[in-house]
Amino acid sequence: MTENSEVVPAGTETLEVLATGQGAFGTEGTPDVSGYGGLVRTVHAAPAATRPYGGWYDQAVDTLAEQLGSDFGPAVSKVVIRHDQLTLEVEREHLLSVMRHLRDHPDLRFEMCMGASGVHWPEDTGRELHIHYPMLSMTHNRRLSVEVTCPDDDPHVPSIVEIYPGNNWHERETYDFFGVIFDGHPGLTRIEMPDDWVGHPQRKDYPLGGIPVEYKGATIPPPDTRREYK
Amino acid sequence: MSDDVIYDTAEEADSYDTTEGKVFTVSGGDWDQVEGDEGIAQRIVVNMGPQHPSTHGVLRLILELDGETVTQARSGIGYLHTGIEKNLEFRTWTQGVTYVTRMDYLAPIFNETAYCLGVEKLLGITDQIPERATVIRVMLMELNRISSHLVYLATGGMELGALTAMTFGFREREHVLDVLESVTGLRMNHAFIRPGGLAQDIPEDAPQQITDLLALLRKRLPDTANLLVNNSIWMSRTEGVGYLDLTGCMALGMTGPVLRSTGYPWDLRKMQPYCGYETYEFDVPTQTSCDAYGRFLIRLEEMQQSMRIVEQCLERLRPGPVMVEDKKIAWPAQLAIGSDGIGNSLEHIRHIMGQSMEALIHHFKLVTEGFRVPAGQAYVAIEAPRGELGVHVVSDGGTRPYRVHFRDPSFNNLQAVPAMSEGGQVADVVAAVASIDPVMGGVDR
Repeated sequence: MTENSEVVPAGTETLEVLATGQGAFGTEGTPDVSGYGGLVRTVHAAPAATRPYGGWYDQAVDTLAEQLGSDFGPAVSKVVIRHDQLTLEVEREHLLSVMRHLRDHPDLRFEMCMGASGVHWPEDTGRELHIHYPMLSMTHNRRLSVEVTCPDDDPHVPSIVEIYPGNNWHERETYDFFGVIFDGHPGLTRIEMPDDWVGHPQRKDYPLGGIPVEYKGATIPPPDTRREYK
Repeated sequence: MSDDVIYDTAEEADSYDTTEGKVFTVSGGDWDQVEGDEGIAQRIVVNMGPQHPSTHGVLRLILELDGETVTQARSGIGYLHTGIEKNLEFRTWTQGVTYVTRMDYLAPIFNETAYCLGVEKLLGITDQIPERATVIRVMLMELNRISSHLVYLATGGMELGALTAMTFGFREREHVLDVLESVTGLRMNHAFIRPGGLAQDIPEDAPQQITDLLALLRKRLPDTANLLVNNSIWMSRTEGVGYLDLTGCMALGMTGPVLRSTGYPWDLRKMQPYCGYETYEFDVPTQTSCDAYGRFLIRLEEMQQSMRIVEQCLERLRPGPVMVEDKKIAWPAQLAIGSDGIGNSLEHIRHIMGQSMEALIHHFKLVTEGFRVPAGQAYVAIEAPRGELGVHVVSDGGTRPYRVHFRDPSFNNLQAVPAMSEGGQVADVVAAVASIDPVMGGVDR
């Protein structure tokens, strides 16, 4: 979860930085005479939520803590509530046990995992790759999200296909697009890109590509080389 | 050298050795050579698609056969991957609508609405969307659900040989698309629903057109129903075919008509309402047969329920704005038709070019730079014709999406092809796939 620097409460200096940006108009160096060149913008991760969380969130987190016992502290590194949505940030070593409790405990009963969505934060050192699992409990009609991270130089996350078989293709897709290796997946191959494709297209260091287009004498550069408002 | 060693390699079945033995690639006309060869194991793998009229688009099915029985089925996808999610990261939030509408191209209004609900959640303006905009969104979604289900009937019917169902389905769908064209300007790929509301208001005669359309559909949909519901050929092709029970649906994350064909009335419009669905009167049809026939009946009934919702929308249409009041988000210009085609309204051009420098700057900034969305992430799900359409929107506080991921129901539901078709006949694979109603544009994105 991310949040703007200005709304981060005072005293929470330990928040990790997800991304930084400089300037305002996408130009660097001397051409920028706008006076905005020194502007620095920082994207912080969202702060941990404080008790009481409200609604059913307290009870659900308590149930999970009860089930995990002494593992809860190391397993769930942060509980975030943003836009009325509960997100549990889970350490990858404990992902399987957290998922199993979420699915099996009668008070939690998240029967479905609605996929895996990767997000690449190159500046979030040591946790560049985030994987977001939206969970759905049909029994209790609730939703929450589980998020795990892994570093770029060790992109391994345990596969949850043994718990949620429907996540098979979703994990293949996240592998295909981000290069996250889901350990224990029954057949982790590319799914959208050709089998011999090089690179993982949704990563931020992978260019969009494209060619300049000429129209009525003017040349329009490809989208990823156009000026970007920061 | 003697003549008898000369042979034409073009007529020879290609073969190569693998760890599991010799593999032949047979493409027709060369079957005799393989059949006569000694010591060949009886494993036949048939590649069906991606270019095949009955695979519902560019779906590739890899079937292992024992006679007519499918022993293993796998689906290969990716033939329609266009990198929409990647492209989104290089456009403004508003331009994103133009991309997402092309994902599941039979349900464009749903893609747009789901995306906009996600962006609006991050902007924190969910409560500020004008009533009229929300009612029109619901109305267009339900019209779109009808047109999408009609394509299911048409293509599904065609794939099973019911060609009249195809002509009926596409004929009725065209009437729905006529209305969508009249409202949004395009038959498909509308880009009409925008973060904050709608691109513009609906034309004055749209309610009348929709009323006429509903009258026509009420007259004609029973034709299609009568053609198939008790048709013994249709029933024998679909009953007990593509079986997937509740346990299977839960394990594979199935939603939509496939889940409802197990008797579980799970519909996000009822269970987790959005866009004010809790205030509309409609039923969630279910069947308990868990098969392709049940899904067919469900979709037939869903079209009737959608018509009920559209009627209620028509009653609720009150004059009012269709965009949020916040001028930092609302699109500044309205479209109008001039002598040289459609474009920004002359009144607006006159204002920004002749009267107000500030309005010109505002227009320029909002159109080229776009608005900023506070950093954060959200997951929003709506009930699309094929099941749960989930959108994971991530912003880094900039004018462009940092990451947008669509959890498309077709993508997820296609995983059920092996469970639905293994152990059945080859011909039933087609019926099973048709009952999932996958749209490859949504699967591959």
